Amino acid sequence: MTTKAFQKIYTKITKITKATCSLHASGIGNDELALVNGKLAQVVKILGDEVTLQVFEGTEGIPTDAEIVFLGKAPTLKVSDQLAGRFFNAFGDPIDDRPEIEGEEREIGGPSVNPVRRKQPSELIATGIAGIDLNNTLVSGQKIPFFADPDQPYNEVMANVALRAKTDKIILGGMGLTNDDYLYFKNVFNNAGVLDRIVSFVNTTEDPPVERLLIPDMALTAAEYFAVDKNEKVLVLLTDMTLYADALAIVSNRMDQIPSKDSMPGSLYSDLAKIYEKAVQFPAGGSITIIAVTTLSGGDITHAIPDNTGYITEGQLFLRRDSDIGKVIVDPFRSLSRLKQLVIGIKTREDHPQVMNAAVRLYADAANAKTKLENGFDLTDYDERALAFAKDYSDRLLAIDVNIDTTAMLDTAWKLFAKYFSPTEVNIKQEFIDKYWKQKQHE
Amino acid sequence: MPTKGKVKGIVSNLVTVSVDGAVSQNEICFIELGSEKLMAEVLKVNGSDVFVQVFESTRGLKIDNEVTFEGHMLEVILGPGLLSKNFDGLQNDLNKLTGIFLKRGERNFPLDEDKKWNFKPIAQVGDEVEAASWLGEVDENHQPHKIMVPFVMEGSYKVKSIAPAGEYTISETIAIITDAHGKDFEINMIQKWPVKKAINVHAEKPRPYKLLETGVRVIDTANPIVEGGTGFIPGAFGTGKTVLQHAISKQAEADIVIMAACGERANEVVELFVEFPELKDPHTGRFLMERTIIVANTSNMPVAAREASVYTAMTIAEYYRAMGLRVLLMADSTSRWAQALREMSNRMEELPGQDAFPMDLSAIIANFYSRSGFVKLKNKQTGSITFIGTVSPAGGNLKEPVTESTKKVARCYFGLEQARADSKRYPAINPIESYSKYIEYPEFDEYISERISPQWISMVNDMRTLLQRGKEVQEQINILGDDGVPVDYHITFWKSELIDFVILQQDAFDDIDAVTPIERQHYMLKLIMDICKSDFNFVNFTDVMDYFKRIINVCKQMNYSEFHSQAFESYHNELQNILAERKIKQ
Ligand SMILES: Nc1ncnc2c1ncn2[C@@H]1O[C@H](COP(=O)(O)OP(=O)(O)O)[C@@H](O)[C@H]1O
Ligand SMILES: [Mg+2]
Repeated sequence: MTTKAFQKIYTKITKITKATCSLHASGIGNDELALVNGKLAQVVKILGDEVTLQVFEGTEGIPTDAEIVFLGKAPTLKVSDQLAGRFFNAFGDPIDDRPEIEGEEREIGGPSVNPVRRKQPSELIATGIAGIDLNNTLVSGQKIPFFADPDQPYNEVMANVALRAKTDKIILGGMGLTNDDYLYFKNVFNNAGVLDRIVSFVNTTEDPPVERLLIPDMALTAAEYFAVDKNEKVLVLLTDMTLYADALAIVSNRMDQIPSKDSMPGSLYSDLAKIYEKAVQFPAGGSITIIAVTTLSGGDITHAIPDNTGYITEGQLFLRRDSDIGKVIVDPFRSLSRLKQLVIGIKTREDHPQVMNAAVRLYADAANAKTKLENGFDLTDYDERALAFAKDYSDRLLAIDVNIDTTAMLDTAWKLFAKYFSPTEVNIKQEFIDKYWKQKQHE
Repeated sequence: MPTKGKVKGIVSNLVTVSVDGAVSQNEICFIELGSEKLMAEVLKVNGSDVFVQVFESTRGLKIDNEVTFEGHMLEVILGPGLLSKNFDGLQNDLNKLTGIFLKRGERNFPLDEDKKWNFKPIAQVGDEVEAASWLGEVDENHQPHKIMVPFVMEGSYKVKSIAPAGEYTISETIAIITDAHGKDFEINMIQKWPVKKAINVHAEKPRPYKLLETGVRVIDTANPIVEGGTGFIPGAFGTGKTVLQHAISKQAEADIVIMAACGERANEVVELFVEFPELKDPHTGRFLMERTIIVANTSNMPVAAREASVYTAMTIAEYYRAMGLRVLLMADSTSRWAQALREMSNRMEELPGQDAFPMDLSAIIANFYSRSGFVKLKNKQTGSITFIGTVSPAGGNLKEPVTESTKKVARCYFGLEQARADSKRYPAINPIESYSKYIEYPEFDEYISERISPQWISMVNDMRTLLQRGKEVQEQINILGDDGVPVDYHITFWKSELIDFVILQQDAFDDIDAVTPIERQHYMLKLIMDICKSDFNFVNFTDVMDYFKRIINVCKQMNYSEFHSQAFESYHNELQNILAERKIKQ
């Protein structure tokens, strides 16, 4: 960023902490940006003529006589169609050795959509993965994270979903991405020949962590441009939101705020909600769908980050390694798509809701049988059948390497029901049993 | 001269203002920022420094920006035309706001100023009246909306004149009343009230006792709530709080339903916007939206207005209760409101209580719940506010301040259980731990004996006992193994499963199963409890499971069929045949 000639320059810092520095200045607006010896900073507190700045990359090496220039604006992004196909850092500056883009300068972290101006989401997003399409169907305008331990292939699954979903633009917001993962995304998008539909904002592990606080707002400002101005269907990928929240904690800790659960700031819920609630379906056809990644520590979803996320997002996709089949599955118990009922049985075959629930119930019976087995008890015939069903179900439907359409998923489920159970054991409406049971039994 | 001030400090939405005159606690002020005026509320005064929470984003705010104090607390505007509206937490009509995005500083008048209402006088010239006396009524979406003496008017008055029946706008005078000193007051259909103050215009607040039918079996049958009662729904995310509240809001037998969407998802509010104008009230056949008011302050809307939103909703509820109506108020989620209080209290560097919530959280919650209730008005009519709030405990752990404080004041506890939700046993209300205190009220017993049957309560208690037994034997079976316990244990367990699957579980997304009128609940409970009281002939425990699964299956098919339809009756016959196979005749 460049400074302009008429800007007033301050050179006397009165206080320095790890994350912030303070000085005497006047006429400064809240949230305004400044450069401290060329490092980007933002106003976080004003008390009389004392202004406190949060320096994104930290205050290491900042002297008390540093040059401070206020930029007179909150963080902005230039938006135009030129965004497509480009890679930017957290400040919206290109990192792909290509020139700066031209466009309208917009403040990031802008206002919320008036709820009465939203349209109810109703368009199914097909991914081919049955653990998603059958049990946790996605809908455009939805916000949903993958909950996964760091060793799960969440970025791969997310990239797959992004490429199979029919969208106009994919916007990647990478926070604390390893360089390998960054190159992975770049490669996948490149190989799929979709680079011209992708906009990326990337903060890697090599960049200062606090900078990543700007990534979601950058990505979503670009998303709003395409969804509102261009009526496009936009898919935003945010990975890894746990690292985003960690950065929030660093800042609030350095500013001496009282931490709440798990050392997270008390405002974590509102901070995350402001991001995720940007997901929207507009009546004019544009939409923003957010698929995020929240990495867990040891599968613990009661930690403040996944917990607050779960309260905000419209479900979660829980990845887990199933040792019985040796594959990663979308866990049907802890996963949920809250918007699925807007499309299942409506945009998909009528028996979808009942089949989905029945299969999960039977899978739960298998889990009980497994507990019995582990406790050294004899299994009943039903228990044995439930266990066999669960293995088949896991392999043929829950595994993330499945790629079939929803009707094929439903047919597979009916086949598995007929293979292991009698009609009265599956608890499905009689009309569907009549229609789908017999016909599938003989195939 | 209004008090003026200048901005002195800014930390997020907490702003310090130095003032030139008197201000009062919770007074509203406006901060000028260019052409925008940001609304704020006084939280603390320290000498000439006043701390205010701004209801909007403070981005760009500067030192020395002008502040004007309004001389009143946060108020709502009350009058005909509130029904069917979608408000934000500060009572702006969301439909009247311009643009796709919410604009900072944009506000509007919540009622329709031009609409003419068909007014019918109730009071007569010479009548003695006081605050909340009914002067007349207008028809608001088929509800007799009473035009009352404004709640702020103290003492007694005489009606000097009253407008004849006819069409009036809300600002036209419909009555003149005179106080003891001969001073005249012109009354129109609008009044204002500060949201943080309860509207106490009733004669007494007796214990509530009338069943409020919700159509949700696990509530009406097992944990009934009453008109004017209180209840809360704690549950981890995804356990079904919102689906349950929405189901209740669609089906409950109330005159007015107010939904306060407090700090939760916007798409859930959109669902109400979309469904309520289309769906019919099962009791009156009219569109749900006609009886509904939505107060939406979703999680991405200003945090400070979250707290205001629940008070705005409660105050509107109290207004309709004073008309002798049955109001159902729901807030989703009260935890978000508590969190908003926490954010502010931390910013003000107050001494934190448990989990960094403000010390007086318990008192704030108790005070809020106490505003609901069943009342006898001074004119002998009755009205009620039934309040059901959801609680979102961090990490699903119920040992946290909001759940614990709420448990002390709410009389019904509808605890949602993660394990039930995981196995899709919806609604996931834990049947053992949940309770309704109303079931113990003799008044309720008397009422329900008349309304349903004198055996009802004992049947419900038997059901609860059997569920408890079922849980105990299940634990035994888990420890000792299927064949380590007598066959009787399996029968008991499967009887409790029968109750669970047929009475407790209910598909909120099935047109028929979603709503069960109390007569049908009575029929099914009797049917199921008759089965549970019967003895069956089994030698082998595996037969028990197979047999009861068949019974459950048929009963579920009954739940999915129109009551007493041909299909229903034929499943019923099938059930009798299955029962005949193994039931031991006494
Ligand atoms: N009664 C029910 N019947 C069927 N599904 C339900 C029911 N209650 C909840 N669900 C399922 O659980 C999901 C989450 O419910 P919701 O009420 O949004 O949870 P919460 O508000 O507790 O986070 C819903 O989207 C739906 O799929
Ligand atoms: Mg909810």
